[in-house]
Amino acid sequence: MEKFTVHTGSAVPLRYSNVDTDQIIPAVYLKRVARTGFEDGLFAAWRANDPEFVLNKPEYAGASVLVAGPDFGTGSSREHAVWALQDYGFKAVIAPRFGDIFRGNSLKGGLLTVVVPQEVVERLWAAVEADPATQVTVDLVEREVRAPGIAQPFELDDYTRWRLMEGLDDIALTLRHTDDIDAYEKRRHAWLPVTQ
Amino acid sequence: MARTMAEKVWEEHVVRRAEGEPDLLYIDLHLVHEVTSPQAFEGLRLAGRPVRRPDLTIATEDHNVPTENILGPIADKVSRTQIETLRKNASDFGVRLFPMGDIDQGIVHVVGPQLGLTQPGMTVVCGDSHTSTHGAFGALAFGIGTSQVEHVLATQTLPMAPFKTMAVTVNGSLPEGVTAKDIILAVIARIGTGGGQGYVIEYRGQAIRELSMEARMTICNMSIEAGARAGMIAPDDTTFDYIKGRPHAPQGADWDAAVAHWRGLRTDDDAVFDTEVVLDADRLSPFVTWGTNPGQGAPLDSAVPDPASFADPTERAAAEKALAYMDLAPGTPLREVRVDTVFLGSCTNGRIEDLRAAAEVIKGRKVADNVRMLVVPGSMRVKEQANAEGLGEVFTAAGAEWREAGCSMCLGMNPDQLKPGERSASTSNRNFEGRQGKGGRTHLVSPLVAAATAVRGTLSSPADL
Repeated sequence: MEKFTVHTGSAVPLRYSNVDTDQIIPAVYLKRVARTGFEDGLFAAWRANDPEFVLNKPEYAGASVLVAGPDFGTGSSREHAVWALQDYGFKAVIAPRFGDIFRGNSLKGGLLTVVVPQEVVERLWAAVEADPATQVTVDLVEREVRAPGIAQPFELDDYTRWRLMEGLDDIALTLRHTDDIDAYEKRRHAWLPVTQ
Repeated sequence: MARTMAEKVWEEHVVRRAEGEPDLLYIDLHLVHEVTSPQAFEGLRLAGRPVRRPDLTIATEDHNVPTENILGPIADKVSRTQIETLRKNASDFGVRLFPMGDIDQGIVHVVGPQLGLTQPGMTVVCGDSHTSTHGAFGALAFGIGTSQVEHVLATQTLPMAPFKTMAVTVNGSLPEGVTAKDIILAVIARIGTGGGQGYVIEYRGQAIRELSMEARMTICNMSIEAGARAGMIAPDDTTFDYIKGRPHAPQGADWDAAVAHWRGLRTDDDAVFDTEVVLDADRLSPFVTWGTNPGQGAPLDSAVPDPASFADPTERAAAEKALAYMDLAPGTPLREVRVDTVFLGSCTNGRIEDLRAAAEVIKGRKVADNVRMLVVPGSMRVKEQANAEGLGEVFTAAGAEWREAGCSMCLGMNPDQLKPGERSASTSNRNFEGRQGKGGRTHLVSPLVAAATAVRGTLSSPADL
């Protein structure tokens, strides 16, 4: 996983609440078995049907920060939603609230999801709508979002922050504790079911 | 210290606890399907890692599978590749798989419980958000992403962030014609799609105790639609009676030991939940959704709301956007909303009791002209049972299509889809834009409302017949 420390880029204002993962990437794109190339599925229905949809506006081409309304990423557990955002070029998503599974998936995969108050989201929207070239910085080291006139701290637990900054993969970290897993398995109830 | 049931199950599964790190939890059962697993198995291959506990892992084909002509090759090449990939992965890594045509094939959340693999006090995960279903047994069951699927395959554990606890207490008894689906739709309308975020919900109270296991699964299933990490119901005799005698249930002395343990899996009387929500079952009535998220619901007796009636500007904007997509005018009585399709099935309402309830309504009646009714059992065992009870004949005699098992039109990954502009009454769990097919419009309903709607052609309850 790529290390994440500080990212600065232009931002896309997505003025919707409850953007579920079916909207982020429709189910038809989930049939693939590869791990890359999901950018064509990102917001596929809105991109195809709504010329006014924000990602269809040339002034937001190349943006790498998405600023969305509350409850972004609710619904299905599909990690393809994270992959689609990353494959499209997004490094961070800022919103007042995220769906839990989506948030977990994003932080596993190195897409930084940042929770800030709705009021800050509104100010970011106003800023990037007034000037799409506005640069937004997501600083994981200082745990702060910055844009002209905005310096908003955000919370992220130390462990996740460390893992993202080091670009570490969870599985390798867990496998350091195989002894603990072996020991736990010896004390499981004998009557627990097996599948085979 | 007094603890909730969820905290007890969590504590019992801590493999490793270290200051400043998430707890590492052991996973008792890992359910796998074709859509969220290919990249996880590929990750194992690339790293040269085996599946640590194939004997705690089970796979089924459900999301992609056709519900007609299931023994022929899948027509859609991409779907076929995904199914074939699962078969190869299961074979390469030693995971037991129920392929199409197997009597134990079906939707992953129907298959686990019916085999007796889902038991109280277990941790259950699956790369599917509706894993919360298994909480109906007093299991702690989470939906996970593909990175976590790979993590569980490799280590049989997951590092998990701590959760908050919420009690949803449903007092009293459900009136005739009101079901578990109406309870959970009313709960989601009350707390919103984000209301449960960060929480494990425990459903309790008299109305919950009075529910069958099938109905409890319907409730826990949609915990995710309230944004919750999981939903749980304390195990009781209803739970034990359901499990007893199933293929993977404990037997003999093991059964007694297990039940003794399970009886302790309840929230201590003096435990405190972080949040509590109370509902009166007596006041509930059939509930349907009018919008494009599961929190946008209302009693069937009411009308499509006016977006202007929402005080919160975000909710108002969401309602405006939803009504435009749904092509509904504010003030339209919900009973006047005409549908093209009725879908009875899914991990929410595709179990035998759901089919019985719908069949009871539709028996001797006909599906309305211009309405297509699709009945998709949650598993092949459910289909077998339904046929043995004559339910399949009831559906076909009424003019409904009686299909093979799978997720089907809940998410339209197979050919069972709405066409653009079509409207459905669906017993599934999500009314998102395009969920059941590009441009399709979905109203979430109970099996009883689905059956009555199929007969009348407009959103209806059995009392309208």
